[in-house]
Amino acid sequence: MKVPRHWRETPQRYRMEAGKCSKCGSIQFPGRVICPDCGATEMETVKLSGKGELASYTVIRVAPTGFTDLAPYAVGVVQLEEGMRVMGQVVDCDPDNLKIGDRLTTQFRRINEEGKTGMILYGFKFVPDLGL
Amino acid sequence: MKEVAVIGIGMIDWGELWEKSLRTIAVEAALKCFADAGVDKVDTITIGCMSGGLFNNQEHLGSIVPDYLGQRFVPATRVESACASGGLAVRSAFLEVASGMAEYALAIGVEKMTDVDGGEATFALATAADQDYEAFHGITFPGLYAMMANAHMFKYGTTLEQLAQPSVKNHFNGSMNPHAQYPFKVSLEQVMNSTKVADPLRLLHCSPITDGAAAVLLAPVEKAKEMNKPYVVITGVGHASDTIALAQRQDLYSLKAVEVAAQRALKMSGKTIKDVDFAEVHDCFSIAELMVMEAIGVVEPGQSGAAVMNGLTALDGDFPINPSGGLKSKGHPVGATGVAQVCEAVSQLRGESGKRQVKNAKTALTQNMGGSGASSVVHILEARS
Ligand SMILES: [Zn+2]
Repeated sequence: MKVPRHWRETPQRYRMEAGKCSKCGSIQFPGRVICPDCGATEMETVKLSGKGELASYTVIRVAPTGFTDLAPYAVGVVQLEEGMRVMGQVVDCDPDNLKIGDRLTTQFRRINEEGKTGMILYGFKFVPDLGL
Repeated sequence: MKEVAVIGIGMIDWGELWEKSLRTIAVEAALKCFADAGVDKVDTITIGCMSGGLFNNQEHLGSIVPDYLGQRFVPATRVESACASGGLAVRSAFLEVASGMAEYALAIGVEKMTDVDGGEATFALATAADQDYEAFHGITFPGLYAMMANAHMFKYGTTLEQLAQPSVKNHFNGSMNPHAQYPFKVSLEQVMNSTKVADPLRLLHCSPITDGAAAVLLAPVEKAKEMNKPYVVITGVGHASDTIALAQRQDLYSLKAVEVAAQRALKMSGKTIKDVDFAEVHDCFSIAELMVMEAIGVVEPGQSGAAVMNGLTALDGDFPINPSGGLKSKGHPVGATGVAQVCEAVSQLRGESGKRQVKNAKTALTQNMGGSGASSVVHILEARS
């Protein structure tokens, strides 16, 4: 895959930058040109806390290409403090002991390698929020 | 708007059809449809196919299909809405006839999935999800539906037994379908002990990788009357979209696009779900069938698990679902599924379904779904004589 495919996502993947509607205040991740809630087009960039609660999850046993080394691994949908939900892997825990409602926070991690000569992709993953 | 009838259906045997190509299976289904209708020339063709590009390195089905079907110079359009591409093809053909643009409109659904290995097929299917914000994190399609299953179980107390029962029911029905890829029965224990794929989903909760095609021929109702035999009319068409990413849905335990599409189709036909005798629904995963039951209004939210255990949706139940065997037993060649659902509905409404015939079937609903519920197409069909 071409490099721009990945670097243009850097603000979202590395810094969890979201779009906040200047009119109704709704926050979207990723940011959008048009607010899906009110239709306004004036958006400001805000950085998400990365903290939230596990809304649902699964443990992937049959992994797609590029992720087979990690299996079994957990992927969750997390309800963030800012109000929207975000998908990501849930790591540094026993996937069999995850529960909906678990408190999680984000860390910057390696996500995937695009083969032996491809890029190494980074982004956020969710980890247990120990309140540290 | 003209009233639109289905005057021909064509199904081939589905499975791993290694000796046949994409174009061959599309043509075979269409020729069966032509034979059924007694028609050999059409005004327009719509082809539902999710990814000829990724599965077969073949795009431009709007040329190759009419070319090999003896319909050179006929206008043909390929439509795509992931796994709802087939339903969308029927809807597009409906619009051609209803608007008066065409008299004979052929809809073909086709997918030839075994030309690539399992990893490549998984990748191709995952393009129906949000590539940058879902697939990037290593989620799979079973994984997306598994998250909906966990959310449904958490919200409503749906049990693992209830989650397994649609597969048992659908394989029972499919054991009587000669076109089915896996025409055999499975037990609740077999489903619940099959290989884990994405918790809580196991292999026998998941529809298979399939090669298959199906075709329907639509025409104004006057043409159907001229045939002097029972026919079927499409009285409702509903189509809706939702967020591409599962995370951004209204909630994780319901299918809003399905609900909206079903309401639109029922409203157009002037009916409620109580007027419908049976349904063919998109059970790509067993949890999908449970959530669709709630979305189309067969049961209240949270009641689908208990209802399927009580036999509501069995072949001899009050509201049979997937008499064909569904995606689970019949197979799921993604672009073909929505067209095959209409073929089954028509076969049932004509009383031609043999051992799996639904008794007194007069009105049917078909529900086809793209991605993790990001698009859905619903049709209402009624028997006429
Ligand atoms: Zn807004």
